[in-house]
Amino acid sequence: MKVLVTVKRVIDYNVKVRVKSDNTDVDLANVKMAINPFCEIAVEEAVRLKEAGTATEIVAVSMGPKAAQEQLRTALALGADRAIHVETDEALESLTVAKMLAKIVDEEKPDLIVMGKQAIDSDNNQTGQMLAALSGMPQGTFASELKIEDGKALVTREVDGGLQTVALNMPAIVTTDLRLNEPRYASLPNIMKAKRKPLETKTPADLGVEVSARTKLLKVEPPAERSAGIKVDSVEQLVEKLKNEAKVI
Amino acid sequence: MAILVIAEHDNAVLKGSTLNAVTAASQMGDDIHMLVAGSGAQAVADAAAKVSGVTKVLLADDAAYEHQLAENVSLLVAELGKDYSHVVAPATTNGKNTLPRVAALLDVAQVSDIIRVESADTFVRPIYAGNAIATVQALDAIKVITVRTTGFDAAAAEGGSAAVETVAGSHDAAISAFVGEEVAVSDRPELTAADVIVSGGRGMGNGENFVLLENVADKLGAAVGASRAAVDAGFVPNDMQVGQTGKIVAPDLYIAVGISGAIQHLAGMKDSKVIVAINKDEEAPIFQVADYGLVADLFEVMPQLEAQL
Repeated sequence: MKVLVTVKRVIDYNVKVRVKSDNTDVDLANVKMAINPFCEIAVEEAVRLKEAGTATEIVAVSMGPKAAQEQLRTALALGADRAIHVETDEALESLTVAKMLAKIVDEEKPDLIVMGKQAIDSDNNQTGQMLAALSGMPQGTFASELKIEDGKALVTREVDGGLQTVALNMPAIVTTDLRLNEPRYASLPNIMKAKRKPLETKTPADLGVEVSARTKLLKVEPPAERSAGIKVDSVEQLVEKLKNEAKVI
Repeated sequence: MAILVIAEHDNAVLKGSTLNAVTAASQMGDDIHMLVAGSGAQAVADAAAKVSGVTKVLLADDAAYEHQLAENVSLLVAELGKDYSHVVAPATTNGKNTLPRVAALLDVAQVSDIIRVESADTFVRPIYAGNAIATVQALDAIKVITVRTTGFDAAAAEGGSAAVETVAGSHDAAISAFVGEEVAVSDRPELTAADVIVSGGRGMGNGENFVLLENVADKLGAAVGASRAAVDAGFVPNDMQVGQTGKIVAPDLYIAVGISGAIQHLAGMKDSKVIVAINKDEEAPIFQVADYGLVADLFEVMPQLEAQL
């Protein structure tokens, strides 16, 4: 079974993002970048499938500027066998990424595609579902458990109020939620080995996809700050304030 | 052209999140149609017809839509959506699952999780876990939108008298099947619908100690939530998680107990009307957003709080 995983280069989740003073976007100059945490979970899930003997090959894909190759090398160090980088400096919207992925899926013909449920920069939560639509595949989004049985992907999904399990024909697309697994760290020998693994570079034009903007970012502002209130000394005082001042109980 | 709102329901009851989506839709245009896609969902359609502001209800009743499988429902919504200016759904796990699939079928962008409507084509949404607020203009002819329910008041559930039209036919992609579900059963209100929430973090120590929160919650008619740290530590299940990667809530009163206040948690609750923080660490960032802070050992004060309510 061939597994395709996608990784996105995003701001490291420990870094607090700042809005540019001209309100055009967030400021990513000299900010630490990393693999999107949900994509890391996707890579880990693929590696576990390979370790279990279910998967035979893992192909990692990323799109964006040349620097995204760092994240692909990380995916290779974690256990992916080879990587495909679609290089472009243009801003990519989810639909464009899905269209390019659909072309790669046509070429690679994976049996399973594992993606993060959302990227922690744009928080869109769209690309997996869009790729599923374009490729005519079923989708198991927000997965907390994945089993491959009798040619089907059994996906347990985190839904409002509990868990839902669906059976998907393959090829299928799975997007990861937090509890699917806990990703490993890449070992130093594996980081060294990853440098020699194949990494193919393509352009959007190679895939026959035009990078177009369907939305326009008009402005980006910092959120309204919530100011700290007061400290109370006792439970009595807290209850009194909630009753008489805030009037919420 | 009219706006199509996708109803959130369980084939029996129209869910409250739909009403918030209707309010958002009403700020994009006047003519609001609601699609109820389900199986044996006539009662939902009847409820949808009474929602204030809804001018027409489309009922697509077929076994293929019983479990809201995105593969099937998206085909239906994409077909109907061609004739609308906007396709709108609440940003529930269901809406998030189905709508991007619809957008791709319609070959248009989606604007996710909006918190404000500036105009018929311009929307405000949080990015970077709420650390930045973006204003986005959608350029496609059909706008596909998911709505963060806490950003909009609920439309009145009564007062409308829309006609219910039946949508014939069935879209069954036949590539996915529902196997089962585990729905958490609780006598307490749902997190996203509760007026009061009591949440616990890593400071709770273990899952058993959450009984301290449940006792207080029961006095207040509150829901019980948790931080990601408490979920990751295995204290409680993930459906209790409040935060960027869990549920986004905005109750009248949010009591954070033993929660440090990581950015990712604040992203999920900072729009609450009143925030109370109880933490023994005076330096905990949660105090920077709390209206009332109590620096104390939660194991001492939670029983006191319960007794005084």
